[in-house]
Amino acid sequence: MNFKHKYLFLLPGLLVLLAILIFPIGFTVRLSLSSWDSFYPALDFIGIENYVRLFTDDARFWEAFGRLSLLSVTTVFLQYVIGFGLALIVWKEIAFQRFFRVLFLIPMMTTPVIMTVIWRTFFHESLGPVNDILSHFNLAPLWLSSETLSKFTVMIVEVWQWTPFMFLLLLAGLLSLPKEPFLAASIDGAGPIRTFVYVTFPLMAPISIGAIIIRLIEASKIMDTVYVLTSGGPGTATETSSFYIFIKGLREFQFGYSAALSLTYLIIMIISFTIIAKILVKLMVRGN
Amino acid sequence: MTKIKRVSGASLLVAAAIATQASADQWSDKFPHIKNTGDIAGECSYESMSKKDYSGQTLTINTHAVPVMGEPTALHAEQFAALTGAEVNVIHTPAGDLYSKAMVPFQAGQAPYDIVFGFSNFIRDWKQYLEPVPAKYVNMAQMKDVTQSHIDVNSWDGQMIQFPIDGDRHYLKYRKDVIDNPVYQEKYKAETGKELRVPQTWKEYAEMAAFFNGWDWDNDGELEYGSAEVMKKDDLMYAAFFSRSVAYSKNPRVKGGFFFDLETMEPLINGPGFVEALTDWVEATKYVPPGGINFGLGDEINSFGGGQTLFSFSWDDAFVAAMQDDSPIKNKVGAAPLPGSDRVWNRVSGSWEDTYNQAPYIVWGWTAAVAKKSKNHEMAFDYLCFFANDANHQADIAIGRFGVNPFKKSDFKAELYVERQGWDPEIAKQYADTLMEMEEGSTNRVFPLRVPGVFQFNSAVATGTSKALAGQLSPQEALDEVAAEWKKIVKRIGADTIREAYAIGVALEDAE
Repeated sequence: MNFKHKYLFLLPGLLVLLAILIFPIGFTVRLSLSSWDSFYPALDFIGIENYVRLFTDDARFWEAFGRLSLLSVTTVFLQYVIGFGLALIVWKEIAFQRFFRVLFLIPMMTTPVIMTVIWRTFFHESLGPVNDILSHFNLAPLWLSSETLSKFTVMIVEVWQWTPFMFLLLLAGLLSLPKEPFLAASIDGAGPIRTFVYVTFPLMAPISIGAIIIRLIEASKIMDTVYVLTSGGPGTATETSSFYIFIKGLREFQFGYSAALSLTYLIIMIISFTIIAKILVKLMVRGN
Repeated sequence: MTKIKRVSGASLLVAAAIATQASADQWSDKFPHIKNTGDIAGECSYESMSKKDYSGQTLTINTHAVPVMGEPTALHAEQFAALTGAEVNVIHTPAGDLYSKAMVPFQAGQAPYDIVFGFSNFIRDWKQYLEPVPAKYVNMAQMKDVTQSHIDVNSWDGQMIQFPIDGDRHYLKYRKDVIDNPVYQEKYKAETGKELRVPQTWKEYAEMAAFFNGWDWDNDGELEYGSAEVMKKDDLMYAAFFSRSVAYSKNPRVKGGFFFDLETMEPLINGPGFVEALTDWVEATKYVPPGGINFGLGDEINSFGGGQTLFSFSWDDAFVAAMQDDSPIKNKVGAAPLPGSDRVWNRVSGSWEDTYNQAPYIVWGWTAAVAKKSKNHEMAFDYLCFFANDANHQADIAIGRFGVNPFKKSDFKAELYVERQGWDPEIAKQYADTLMEMEEGSTNRVFPLRVPGVFQFNSAVATGTSKALAGQLSPQEALDEVAAEWKKIVKRIGADTIREAYAIGVALEDAE
């Protein structure tokens, strides 16, 4: 096989890459340098005006970014803790082990939008079953209309939906761990807590980091939960940067500006996750 | 010799009536939706459509989600297909995405949809992509029956661009069994010193709503509340805000713009009139049902229509839902014009005028249009004409969840609702009179904002007002933020461009 043939075999893959990755990003970059909106649907060139606007005159985006950071970090942390706990429970031989393993995966298998609609019905302050039950205890939380509680409600839905993903990854990790360290710990007289702290958790560090990073990436794109549950409200209490980009792009039809928002957001996410990954490796991987 | 009996003229008429009735029965047997009226003769009746042959042709329609407008679209699509042999594909889209779902292919020069449903205030952004309604349809009898204000909202500069299929206005709905109840009138008088009556001002509305908030005043074992309003931060709550604003801000003695000063294009949205309205609205969060601040239109319809609140104001849907046969409060609700105000802001003199003011808000409603690049113009217009034919229209307006509301002059006859829908005659008359008054009686109307980038303006209002409702900002701060955003939008799009479009709406308002 000569040199040219190798590239011929690479060509289909390269074409696919071009179509689904390089062209869209390239077009988005070009779009971000234009003022394309509902009235001026054209790729004119306005330089970095959109970026100047973003960095000097759009506090709402940065506020939304702050809310997103809070929501994503909190939900991923909770998913990790709960997912790890559930994985530990079904890792060992227990009765109905397979049943529990499947049960814990069900939320992830449901369609997020539909489940969020159901959650919205649950949490409906006037007509939903949650407040109907709580009213017997003289409680009537404003799940979707309180500035603080609405964030908590969004977190509940996200944690319910995506903890199984953590559970799945961490369970797979636990099942792949070598038995020898545990035997050694047992011989040394370590109890379950010390075994977890000094053996299980360190051995699970690489998998944990991978799971957390993957979930953080997904959580930073949170959109459907906010869209269905609160529309970013009350006020802007649950408005995340991805929802804000959606509003600018597909509600207000400011395509040029939303392209600039998207690219800036992408770059921030790449830098952030690179830093987070390095920090997690330092914190969680012992003996390195 | 056989004697030939002469047939009299009267016999001929009776025979024709029987033949027509037989024809009407034929169509209502096949299409139960029109069972109350049967087919009604016209250029787009069932009978007329059955003579069309669109076999082998496909019509694609993008419409709203079920049920509001989505359900009648699908129903009439099925009927149209059965009558004409066409294949009709109906795609359902959430309200917030209707604009973009059509606009993206429009701007890309594509035509995936022959017919697009949307809100009539999309017209300025959409008009260059839409096929004007042909004269054939504009001159039809069923179109001549459409009220002038609905011809206006579907037209641009005198040309009909969108097909009238729905009528919209905001008005007050109230529980007649409470307001007219002598026991409650006495109780209200004793505790407040004021008359319990249909509220004439927003302040009265608030007082009454607060009084009837949080107790079981209809003895059904459930708590009831003061008011159901569209407050959820989405595409529609800004319409509720404008309904509250018009009384304080639409001064009949001041011409030249309601949303902007037409001459300078300065936003007026943070003026004292609008701030007063938003202050009232923030107060309203205390007398809506739990979670009412998160009510979308569907929640409002279900809440008032289900008997949960004393008042509501928005489109017709909640009222019609309340008057359906399966409603627990059928014939217990009344319709009235939107409350007014005891004072109105004069932006020219910069002061309040202590005089009673009321102003109808001719809110944008549902509309449908044919894409210019569609290859099926005639079939598409035939479908829309069929959708809005007299038989379908009368059946549709009786079903609250359909979202089709009166817009024809013949709709404003009380007998229609008494005979066909079993409404109480007094309620039917009040309803018809209220709507007719808004259509033809008032000279202080506000038309919806229909300018380039309308969604940007409306989105800014939704964000600002929802921040005030959530307590994040004061009403003045919230509207100052909105005004600042509006200025930026005007600057981006161009003041002259927006002025040119806005002038058309102002001309309608100032012509009165």
